[in-house]
Amino acid sequence: MSTTSLDGVGHDSAGTNYLNAKRGIMSWLFTIDHKRIGVMYLVTVLTFFLAGGLLALGVRAELFTPEGDLFSANTYNRLFTLHGAIMVFLVLVPAIPATLGNFVLPLQLGTLDVAFPKLNLASFHIYVLGACFLLFVLITGGVDTGWTFYTPYSSGGGADGHVVFALMGAFILGFSSILTGLNFIVTIHKMRAPGVTWGRLPLFLWAIYATSVIQVLATPVIAITLFLLMFENIVGIGIFDPALGGDPVLFQHFFWFYSHPVVYVMALPAFGVISETVTIHSRRHIFGYTAIAASSVAIAAIGFLIWGHHMYVSGQSELSGTIFSMLTFGVGLPTAIKLLSWIATLYKGSIRMNTVMLYTLAFLWIFAIGGLTGLFLATLATDVHLHDTYFVVAHFHYVMMGGVLFALIAGMHHWWPKITGKMFNESIAKVSWVVVFVGYNLTFFPQFIAGSRGMPRRYHQYIPEFELWNQLSTIGSFTFGLGLFMVLGYLLQSIFKGEKAPANPWGGVSLEWEALSPPVEHNFSGPVVCTKGPYDFPEAVSPVGHDH
Amino acid sequence: MNSLLLPLLGARAAEAAEGATFWMPPQASTTAADSDFVFYFIYWTCVVFFTIMMGAVGYFVLAYRQKSENDKVPLMKGSHALEIGWSLIPAVFMAGMFWFGFQVWIDLAVPPADSMEVRVTGQKWSWSYAYKHDGKIIKEAGADAECMKKVTDPTRDIECNKPLRVPAGKPVKLVMNSIDVLHSFYVPDFRVKKDVVPGRYTVLWFEAPEPGEHNIFCTEYCGDKHGYMYSKVIVMPPAEFDAWIQKRADETVDGPRPGDQIFAQEGCTGCHTTDGSPSVGPSMKGLYGKTEKLADGSSVQVDDNYLRESILVPGAKVVEGFAPTMPPFQGRLSDEEVSNLIDYIKTLAE
Amino acid sequence: MSAAAEHGHEHHPPYLAHHFFNMNQQADSVKMGMWLFLVQEILFFAGLFMAYIAMRYIYPDTWLAAAEELDKVMGATNTVVLLTSSLTMALGVRAAQMGNNKAVAGWCAATLLGAYGFMIIKYIEYSHKLHVGLLPGKFYSFEGLEQAATEAPQIFFSVYFMMTGVHGLHVVIGIGVIFWIMMKALGNSFNSENYAAVENVGLYWHLVDLIWIFLFPLLYLVR
Repeated sequence: MSTTSLDGVGHDSAGTNYLNAKRGIMSWLFTIDHKRIGVMYLVTVLTFFLAGGLLALGVRAELFTPEGDLFSANTYNRLFTLHGAIMVFLVLVPAIPATLGNFVLPLQLGTLDVAFPKLNLASFHIYVLGACFLLFVLITGGVDTGWTFYTPYSSGGGADGHVVFALMGAFILGFSSILTGLNFIVTIHKMRAPGVTWGRLPLFLWAIYATSVIQVLATPVIAITLFLLMFENIVGIGIFDPALGGDPVLFQHFFWFYSHPVVYVMALPAFGVISETVTIHSRRHIFGYTAIAASSVAIAAIGFLIWGHHMYVSGQSELSGTIFSMLTFGVGLPTAIKLLSWIATLYKGSIRMNTVMLYTLAFLWIFAIGGLTGLFLATLATDVHLHDTYFVVAHFHYVMMGGVLFALIAGMHHWWPKITGKMFNESIAKVSWVVVFVGYNLTFFPQFIAGSRGMPRRYHQYIPEFELWNQLSTIGSFTFGLGLFMVLGYLLQSIFKGEKAPANPWGGVSLEWEALSPPVEHNFSGPVVCTKGPYDFPEAVSPVGHDH
Repeated sequence: MNSLLLPLLGARAAEAAEGATFWMPPQASTTAADSDFVFYFIYWTCVVFFTIMMGAVGYFVLAYRQKSENDKVPLMKGSHALEIGWSLIPAVFMAGMFWFGFQVWIDLAVPPADSMEVRVTGQKWSWSYAYKHDGKIIKEAGADAECMKKVTDPTRDIECNKPLRVPAGKPVKLVMNSIDVLHSFYVPDFRVKKDVVPGRYTVLWFEAPEPGEHNIFCTEYCGDKHGYMYSKVIVMPPAEFDAWIQKRADETVDGPRPGDQIFAQEGCTGCHTTDGSPSVGPSMKGLYGKTEKLADGSSVQVDDNYLRESILVPGAKVVEGFAPTMPPFQGRLSDEEVSNLIDYIKTLAE
Repeated sequence: MSAAAEHGHEHHPPYLAHHFFNMNQQADSVKMGMWLFLVQEILFFAGLFMAYIAMRYIYPDTWLAAAEELDKVMGATNTVVLLTSSLTMALGVRAAQMGNNKAVAGWCAATLLGAYGFMIIKYIEYSHKLHVGLLPGKFYSFEGLEQAATEAPQIFFSVYFMMTGVHGLHVVIGIGVIFWIMMKALGNSFNSENYAAVENVGLYWHLVDLIWIFLFPLLYLVR
């Protein structure tokens, strides 16, 4: 790697970095700097996460007792609908790619910016525009269709609220996602610094690449689905509503054709983060680089073929169900390979038990549970019993929420010094981790039990035999929320009071660690050349006699 | 664990149903045991693999913690043997899971030829059932009025709604349809579930070997009272069932039902009250003869014609302040039944 | 390595963005970006084609009967118009590659003529349908189709309007971007190094044309 002769403190020869090079709110709102865009996304995504989280606490508060005594049924239905819509569309989809991806991708490639910086800014503004629609819906009382908008309930079958506005919001958000994906694909193809071969691409970027391909291919399908549903509502076109001659199961096919791949848009970047953190903080080369890179692509590809596993009991044919089940197991295998490879990476490492590693290990635990419980739902017979129960709710919160969130937090801590130029307080961070991890598991594990025992989803009140599990879950959720506030607290504190971060606090060898903390406006002070792989740590000693 | 935590949480001690395990409700159908076999096959496979994986993580974290600033680590980029191994072994288990699940799935897909057929109708927010016996069509719908008067806790509605009665030891095939939005028919104890779709029929079958009572839940979100759409399956000894259905057939008078019966059986109570209290739709009390303001601003006098139109094509004239979500009863009620219903509504005028 | 040498010494024309090293990288990137954009457009329309397939499968007789109400002559004319405009656009791209800005502007104008022609014919078709009540969903009020023989004819027209409407929207957007290219050509922007914008707009326009090539037989020539 080319090195600069700078002293590792966060300023270049002119004394500025990307944070203070230009000042004023306009310099942020109209920036074309991928780092500033990444930071803006991070702030907005976390704000929406807070909103979605508060809605969740409302849901859990209601479910503490079997009776529907806190909110009316209608209000409760709006709470869980908005919770789902905000979390899926405003938080989970951009959570890692738009935030950490935007910030880190050009740095890891050793280049100045993404291929289309202005398009990148446009993506952000489109995201905010789409969010405005959803926020309008939230403020005017929300909708009660469920985030899945199944027809005919959402096409005139009784849904309350501004359904069309909610659909518009999600529709607009899709464009943000597509343009970001497009941008990242071109950047990875065309803007790698000399020496960054495909075989030396950090696995985070392989993950972002696979994610971007899904975003470009799948998002237009939800766009047209929501578009058609809008017109079903406005004009009664009769495609999805049986009262008008349409087919409600067709809607489900359209909807899930995107909404299944989108969970890999959420999960793949999380996997990418973990590949980075598990290696740097154990000083070991990743185990099975090719397998992990290839599995990202495989998951993206197979992920397009299995949407019907959301519909085994929908009334589609038994043959369809059978094919979808077979293919769904196909996606489990590359996922398992990743998990096992990360675990093998820890073997004979020199493991730093810092906050980043703690969140990484927590991810392994959480994603193992989430992924394994997916097997119950992939299997035909068991899914008949478990579909639309709390077992599914627990499963997807373990993979989507637990997986993505813990990886996001791990990634935030891992790149925090790079992004902010500050170190956070390790001791408080570790204590918070305990609260977060315990709270998280206490929230969602009991839901598996409630579900397998028969408790359905989206129930405002329930029969008393499910009470214990709900109470445990509610207590867990407030604990989890408390832990997250603690994390927010010490991270904010670090911005103002944290120790200045060195350029390379963790000893990484991928190119982002060549930049200063925080980087200068143009990322690097000179041209960058990559001469080693991203996991070729200096501590590695070739075992005598053989080299894999 | 329950007994330790319950006092702490105030959680109600619900009786553990007989035959329930930690994870599963009692096995009350002939396919439940097979379904549970698949569940536990997956479960134990997962437990074993999870323990191995997390055990490895735990061990590695302890054994390979950073010891000094100058730790060396071996340069290991992979192992083909390990990769092949840990691809093949999970693949074999997954193939097993698929296969076992598929077997039960096929069983569930084909109702036995001698199944007793029951028509199930889902609507917002109740279930109704129809049997054919002795040349008559027997409807079981609505809620027991006396029972409802005693219920203050809506979660106990389940006790009052007309149940689905079936004979023990005989296969039952449900042919299901919705008259409005998606619903889903789920009996946890039987391990069966199928969506109930407007515009088409879906089929579900089960056979319950022993008499007993089992919950039915709606498991496809369908609006406000989705979580209140309770019902029960009451499995009766065959002789008792035969006697019951014969009695019902004898009671069932061919021809149009009286208005109050229609009102109770067609799910009207889901959205309309008879005592003036507010609900999803206008109350029937004092309705006849009233002047209603419509959503489009015009006014209408509630007379026979208006009521008839509102029953058959409810979207035509929607009262202001209410959503246009009533399903049409065109084709579901004969002219005579519509007249009987209107007569009943007249009796509720003040 | 060569990158270091290039960036310092190669000329940095005003149309080379600051984050690209040279025109090659820029043109390559922009072209790849455009192809990706077109791929997602195809996926977007694919959803509409799926809706068509599903609804036609459910209502095969309606499709046959309702499609008769469409004017094949106008549809075919529009097909020829769009194909011709694709040709003029392609010639415009060639002119840009040769740095002939005047010709670029001219071919753009010709393409715009085709695009406007398409929209005018569309307008005529749509207004006829409005007049007789051949409209989507709840606005359908046409008396002409044998109600007994055709189930839910309004669904055919729902699909027709959704597909041609979304396509028409893309034509309008195309008019906008072609106009923009024409203005840039009039400002002498293009040369043999800098013509990617024309090429990319050309690609977009070809896709719009291609989609119509599929729409036309599926909607107008149903047999």
